[in-house]
Amino acid sequence: MIVLSGLLHVILLSLLVVTAASAIFTRHLLVSTILLGIFSLLMAIQYLMLGAPDVAITEAAVGAGISTLLLLLALWIVGAKTKQEKKFEFGPFLAIMITVCLLVAAMLQLPDIGVEDSPAQTHIAKNYIANSEKQTGIPNMVTSILASYRSYDTFGETNVIFTAGLAILLLLGGIKKRKGGYGSKKIQ
Amino acid sequence: MVLKKSNEDRVIRLIVKFLIPFILMYGLYIQWNGEYSAGGGFQAGVICAVAFIVYGLVYGLDVLSTILPFVIVRFLASLGVLIYACVGGVTLLLGGNFLDYNVLLQDPVAGQKLGIILIEVGVGITVFAVMVLIYYVFSNRLTDDKK
Repeated sequence: MIVLSGLLHVILLSLLVVTAASAIFTRHLLVSTILLGIFSLLMAIQYLMLGAPDVAITEAAVGAGISTLLLLLALWIVGAKTKQEKKFEFGPFLAIMITVCLLVAAMLQLPDIGVEDSPAQTHIAKNYIANSEKQTGIPNMVTSILASYRSYDTFGETNVIFTAGLAILLLLGGIKKRKGGYGSKKIQ
Repeated sequence: MVLKKSNEDRVIRLIVKFLIPFILMYGLYIQWNGEYSAGGGFQAGVICAVAFIVYGLVYGLDVLSTILPFVIVRFLASLGVLIYACVGGVTLLLGGNFLDYNVLLQDPVAGQKLGIILIEVGVGITVFAVMVLIYYVFSNRLTDDKK
């Protein structure tokens, strides 16, 4: 069973790498958008296998659903041209390779996933696990941390989403008057 | 972005009409089930928005705007944040800290449950309205350019 789940992780992660590389290196923007949607779906499965169903639902709904749809709409508006070939430049490539090496070096020093004595698990997580159901009365610990212990942060997140809607409205919300059809009235 | 009326599109229209109540029900289930299992306001808002967006994609923005006018969508976007902030304001008025749900009811645990339910409603409404709003604005732009 452990071998099977390890194999599943390896297959999923290599699929992720292949999908991401294809999304970057393909020349057709439409293909790239669909591949990003597939990437989000694979990430949702990966989150589920790591034991985070709330994040998996959000990733599947937002990444594979809304995000792909909005990218397709944007492509429809501006026209899905194929990307032009760029010639290889050494300076940016060197900068990116250095950053990748630094990131990999930092990642190798992180504690293993799910280890009990890592600093993230020993600080306040024990308090939450012990007291969450007594103090808030709801069984789901993710929601109780999100909505009660960290309610102020969730307030900030909601404000961020609202601000994003506001920004879209300000940037793109104006609509020219024209005869007939939906466009004849200004968006109230 | 309206599908032209033709025989092939009857299948899509029928299936979409059939699926939308189930999508909405699933979205509401995720919203209220957030306290017991995976779920919550963010996920539910997105799923409910998808139902309306797919209706708008298939039947056209005009038909969608008779069901869900743009004024109401903008109002709902701010209503969610207002609900959230008002819960915090009420707890301030009742003597606790901002967003301290213990003071909402006599029993602190019941107060926590009530506070969590209310703010999840707020989050769900805002996320739903912002997703539908973004779709409205993009699709408007689209029909503008095409006409």
